[in-house]
Amino acid sequence: MMPVTELHLRALIDTVATRVIRHADQLTALDAAIGDGDHGINMQRGLEAVLADIDGLAAKPLPDALKAIGLILVMKIGGASGPLYGTLLMTLGRELPDSPDRAALATAFGAAVQAVKARGKSEVGAKTMLDVLAPVLQTLEAGGDDLPARARAQADESAAATVPMKATRGRASFLGDRSIGHMDPGARSSALMIAAICDVLEGRTSR
Amino acid sequence: MNVGIVIVSHSADIARGTADMVRQMVGDNVPLAWCGGNPEGGLGTNVEAILKAIDLAWSELGVALLVDLGGAETNSEMAIELLPDERRGKVIICNAPIVEGAVLAATEASGGASLDDVRRTAEELSPS
Repeated sequence: MMPVTELHLRALIDTVATRVIRHADQLTALDAAIGDGDHGINMQRGLEAVLADIDGLAAKPLPDALKAIGLILVMKIGGASGPLYGTLLMTLGRELPDSPDRAALATAFGAAVQAVKARGKSEVGAKTMLDVLAPVLQTLEAGGDDLPARARAQADESAAATVPMKATRGRASFLGDRSIGHMDPGARSSALMIAAICDVLEGRTSR
Repeated sequence: MNVGIVIVSHSADIARGTADMVRQMVGDNVPLAWCGGNPEGGLGTNVEAILKAIDLAWSELGVALLVDLGGAETNSEMAIELLPDERRGKVIICNAPIVEGAVLAATEASGGASLDDVRRTAEELSPS
């Protein structure tokens, strides 16, 4: 597979961060419905700190950049999503080679999803970001044609599938049955990031 | 030197008030630090502030953390992982209500108890 250049990495960081920041109000509204209403603003704070350092981050090899971005999110987000996304990215950074092919990406992403489960003491089906990450991991493991398009579709579909779920982990679990009928904000932010990554992989760097 | 106590709340007011209650019980016999709020001062928790609080309350006998809701626990676990190797094994999170747990843990610590005993005392409050 082609090496990940500084240009690729810059496009990836910029597209993912900007995409999520553009949806900050939506994420906060989703979180206000079933949580403490700070997910959008927290993600925005973290990702703005990432963008502020984009020159330094894009100049690093992919694994080092991911570890550094993860640490920024841990330090800046200020909610549980900080350690969760931070753990996802830091684990990816530890597991990925500089220029991963699909198989290497699937292996590293699998380790990262496991690490998020451990950090959040959660599993698939609890109405969390794992309900997007785990199905996308399966898509990635299966491989095949048009992988970015299918991963994006899987992420969107999986985020939508959290609507009828009852939350059993996180602040939304305090609501019990009243958490049913709302999309999980962490599932939505995960789907946004995955869609942005897929766009970049397809050569589109639109935000 | 006694076991140190760190209070981590989403709210700076709760953390500060809890620390006041602890001080009333144990005076200056226990290293004590608190943090509350996200990096901008709103409700939330902040790994950098947790690391600073652990450093402030540091004791070679160890440090016991009392936390409130989920994000405070997750961010505290993250902070512990980011500690230097020689400190990581000496910091624990008590599974106890933050106010009652902090007061009980500090009272136990002020008598020279070990980190394990401090945790056990605080956790006697938790429904098993």
